[in-house]
Amino acid sequence: MQTADTCTTDNSPATPGTEKRPGRAGFWARLMRHRLAAAGLVFVILMVAATVLGPILSPYDPNEMNFLHISQPPSRQFPLGTDELGRDLATRLLYGGRISLAVGVGAVAISTSLGLALGALSGFLGGRVDAIIMRVAEIFLSVPTLLAMIAIAPLVGPSPTNIVLALGIFGWPGVARVTRGQVLQVRSELFVEAATAVGGSRLRIIARHVLPNIAAPVIVAATLQVATAILTESSLSFLGLGVQPPTPTWGNMLHAAQSITVVVQRPWQWLAPGAAIALTVLSINFIGDGLRDALDPRWQKRS
Amino acid sequence: MYAFLLRRLLMMIPVAIGVSVLAFLFQELSPGDALDAMIPPDVAVADADLEYWRSRLGLDQPAPIRYLHWMGRVLQGDLGYSLTSHQSVGRMILNRLGPTALLMAFALLLSTVLGIATGVVSAVRQYSWLDYLLTVSAFFWLSVPGFFMGMLLIYIFAVWLAWVPPFGYSSPGAANVWLDRLHHLLLPGISLGLELTAALTRYVRSSLLEVLGADYIRTARAKGLSDVVSVLKHGLPNALIPVISVIGLRLPALFGGSVVIETVFQWPGMGNMLVNAARSRDYPVVMGVTLFVSVMVVISTLLTDIAYAVADPRIRYH
Repeated sequence: MQTADTCTTDNSPATPGTEKRPGRAGFWARLMRHRLAAAGLVFVILMVAATVLGPILSPYDPNEMNFLHISQPPSRQFPLGTDELGRDLATRLLYGGRISLAVGVGAVAISTSLGLALGALSGFLGGRVDAIIMRVAEIFLSVPTLLAMIAIAPLVGPSPTNIVLALGIFGWPGVARVTRGQVLQVRSELFVEAATAVGGSRLRIIARHVLPNIAAPVIVAATLQVATAILTESSLSFLGLGVQPPTPTWGNMLHAAQSITVVVQRPWQWLAPGAAIALTVLSINFIGDGLRDALDPRWQKRS
Repeated sequence: MYAFLLRRLLMMIPVAIGVSVLAFLFQELSPGDALDAMIPPDVAVADADLEYWRSRLGLDQPAPIRYLHWMGRVLQGDLGYSLTSHQSVGRMILNRLGPTALLMAFALLLSTVLGIATGVVSAVRQYSWLDYLLTVSAFFWLSVPGFFMGMLLIYIFAVWLAWVPPFGYSSPGAANVWLDRLHHLLLPGISLGLELTAALTRYVRSSLLEVLGADYIRTARAKGLSDVVSVLKHGLPNALIPVISVIGLRLPALFGGSVVIETVFQWPGMGNMLVNAARSRDYPVVMGVTLFVSVMVVISTLLTDIAYAVADPRIRYH
């Protein structure tokens, strides 16, 4: 790995073969050189650690109501204040983050697997299969995800699992389109033709030559989709149609703070969860941008 | 051009049918049927009567037949009746269409103008502090959830500075109705438009940078045109062609965003009605709005494709 990488950086007119597969060391160096992506990565790691360690970091129960401390502003005892039922907001933020992050990652795991499979099928087989899959993708893209979720949530019941499933099922067309485009492009490359000429089996060509070459854009698309999924879940929960209280998520913490009196008089009840969503999504978007540059140097400075 | 139009229209048909099948499936999954919707919950009806009316209304037919019946009614504008208000869903949507159209048009106009302007500045001053600032803030607008942005704007501009009203559609007794409407429109319009603005900033920037490296720009400069003329007159029109499709791709998200923004600002549009209907499990209204918006998306996708083909003749022959 190390030698392959120094090879490409030292000889400026690099051979096309080595340029295609950046070494792992080079990848991390490039990702860290993208300062915003590095900052984003640090933030996401801290956020994940905080939500996992929630029970250790906080002495409170996220659902324990305390009517002696209703809607208190931030203090030493409650660093982010309390909500209208006297629950500690910092604790709820940590527990809520678990669900918000898990929903985002879970939904993308499903949508990426679906999108990868359908997109690859579409790109490889072409013809009628391609036409059908792409039309179906267009149908799914025509229904705005949030509206589809609003229509589905009351039908299937808004549990976190169902929301992950629904988000995953509605998220596949994006990844499928990226995958299909990449497969079409790679399929016509000379090295695939060469592999076919020397008698490589179809499966071997897909696994050895096509998949590694389409991985980069798919990883970038999947990363950016985690951000979108977190945003959609938080919007749904904000509208009161997502994960139901008392289970905290970042979105439904803001649902409770929707009234104008809360917005005006108790800003601590909505500022912290809103900032948590915004900063997490921002960090993931930065990571996605950094990955785009790091995974494929040819894309640098294009966006 | 006519061949392209025809082909594109024909491609739209299976998508439109697919969207309607999807909406029908949602409806099938929802509890109760059209008959239940017509009977007030406090009225007791004998099972035999229900049976009679089900067969009269064709509700005992197999699903494909019912789909065709339903589709026939939808094509005539009949989307069924609300479970709560017992009004026609089609009429309810029409009543709410105006405010939503106004909000979306404002957001679209604002973000197109702002997005193109910031994108051009970013590209022309590439790698300057201004470019860096605009790029980072574009990331920020793309990441802040619409409802949080709305609450922040209410807190700053309506409560703290008290420049505009915090929510609603109009204030009773305002001297100038249009000025009053604009006042109410500002915050929700900005909250809704920021995401698209950010997407456009980034896209216009990269698109213009690509174009500025082209030979014909060098020619324009070589023959003595000023930088401003060569960028704005020769570069920008070509850079903006792919931007048409970005707007088209973002439209579904704009519809979704309007649902959230209308709820935050109590804007009396379709999105607000949809959320209230979903909360009270008024399925016919939820399905009606979802179907209506999806058809709007299909139509606007078609329009953006046509606009693209008009702007870039090469597309027509693909």
